[in-house]
Amino acid sequence: MANKIITKDLNLYYGTHHALKDVSIEIKEHCVTGLIGPSGCGKSTFLKTLNRMNDTIPGVRVTGNVLLDDEEVYQNAVDVTQLRKKVGMVFQSPNPFPMSIYDNVAYGLRIHGIKKRIIVDEIVEKSLRGAAIWDEVKDRLKKSALSLSGGQQQRLCIARTLAVQPDVILMDEPTSALDPISTMKIEELMSELKKNYTVVIVTHNMQQAARISDYTAFFLLGELVEYGETSQIFSMPKDKRTEDYITGRFG
Amino acid sequence: MNARNSFDKELERLHMDLIKMGSMTEEAIEQSVHAFTTRDNALAKEIMQGDHQIDDMEKQIETVCLSLILRQQPVAGDLRRITCALKMITDLERIADNAADIAELSLMIRGDHIAEMVQHIPGMASASVDMVHKSIDSFVRSDLDLAESVIAQDDTVDALFCKVKDELCETLRQNRENSDNAIDFLMIAKYLERIADHAVNICEWVLFSETGIHKDKKIM
Repeated sequence: MANKIITKDLNLYYGTHHALKDVSIEIKEHCVTGLIGPSGCGKSTFLKTLNRMNDTIPGVRVTGNVLLDDEEVYQNAVDVTQLRKKVGMVFQSPNPFPMSIYDNVAYGLRIHGIKKRIIVDEIVEKSLRGAAIWDEVKDRLKKSALSLSGGQQQRLCIARTLAVQPDVILMDEPTSALDPISTMKIEELMSELKKNYTVVIVTHNMQQAARISDYTAFFLLGELVEYGETSQIFSMPKDKRTEDYITGRFG
Repeated sequence: MNARNSFDKELERLHMDLIKMGSMTEEAIEQSVHAFTTRDNALAKEIMQGDHQIDDMEKQIETVCLSLILRQQPVAGDLRRITCALKMITDLERIADNAADIAELSLMIRGDHIAEMVQHIPGMASASVDMVHKSIDSFVRSDLDLAESVIAQDDTVDALFCKVKDELCETLRQNRENSDNAIDFLMIAKYLERIADHAVNICEWVLFSETGIHKDKKIM
């Protein structure tokens, strides 16, 4: 499997706080990579470096490399809007815009200058199908997105991300606010999504990481302690700190 | 603070239960060999009647393991330990069944004593008992070298089984009057050989529990 994203000696500082320490990792294309670790270990910070979401935080300083398809993400010439189109993000709580279901998905397209109705219609349907929510909303596309359940809203947010045809989808605890059935639907969806996209997900749920990810990275105190195939990490972790964390004996 | 104190206590209890079942099984096979070699029919009957205790123990440990999987969703070393326990109890229960089978057959033997017909059965019995003893010991002490040595010892028992078979064939050629006993002895030898195989299985699961590798294959 080819590498989609490579980081080399990646360091990130929030002012004087050293939040990521020499993180080097190769994220595989068309795979789900799970990032696990205790709160404050740097996994969400790492996720956000992949599409420069940390840029907006005052006092952030990044050293090292983040390569997307062998292109440096942290170079001045990079158009951050284009980068975030290519590397989409789904957040912890569903955050649909207060507009119709249709407009939520079409929003990104319009921002990127795609306005022809027939094309927008086609992409909206394709994106909603891709996020496994089309059948549930096809008869009420003009209704407010806020009328959907939490699980449906999160899948709508995934559809919104898919609409701008990204290569990579970053997910920051995308199911932590959802009930078990909605969680399972999102997990099922992820195994479909990886056929066309590269997925990186932060999760606090060990069973979820074990179920859905092909590769797992364990972070601790800003350090990437261990990275490998999920089957190896959850059966024979090499580092005792990984074993202690995944078996719940951490601390 | 260890966030899984109660789980650790349950794992420790599981470990102690396995040791208990292991020593019950070890005692059953030692006594059945003793009953057979000394023709102690009272002891043989006692072993046959006591087999259900080991069956009950198997069920009890099985229930604990399944409950731990259900409630604790173990991974890594915890999952390997529980898997090892589930697999080990099957072999221990089979060893105990074989011990009861040997006891039952020893009740049927009439006439010539074993030593007069087959010289190698006592050696085979002591090698099999030794393997069971060491396999349980390797589990208790997580002793991988000992587990490996038990696996290697199986060839000795297999070789002795061939010798017993040859001896019995020769006996039958010379004197057909002893054919009933000869067949019983052959079955006893086969049970002993199977007991040694189960001891090997236990050692393979002990190795898996520590290394994640079972019979040279990474299975988890």
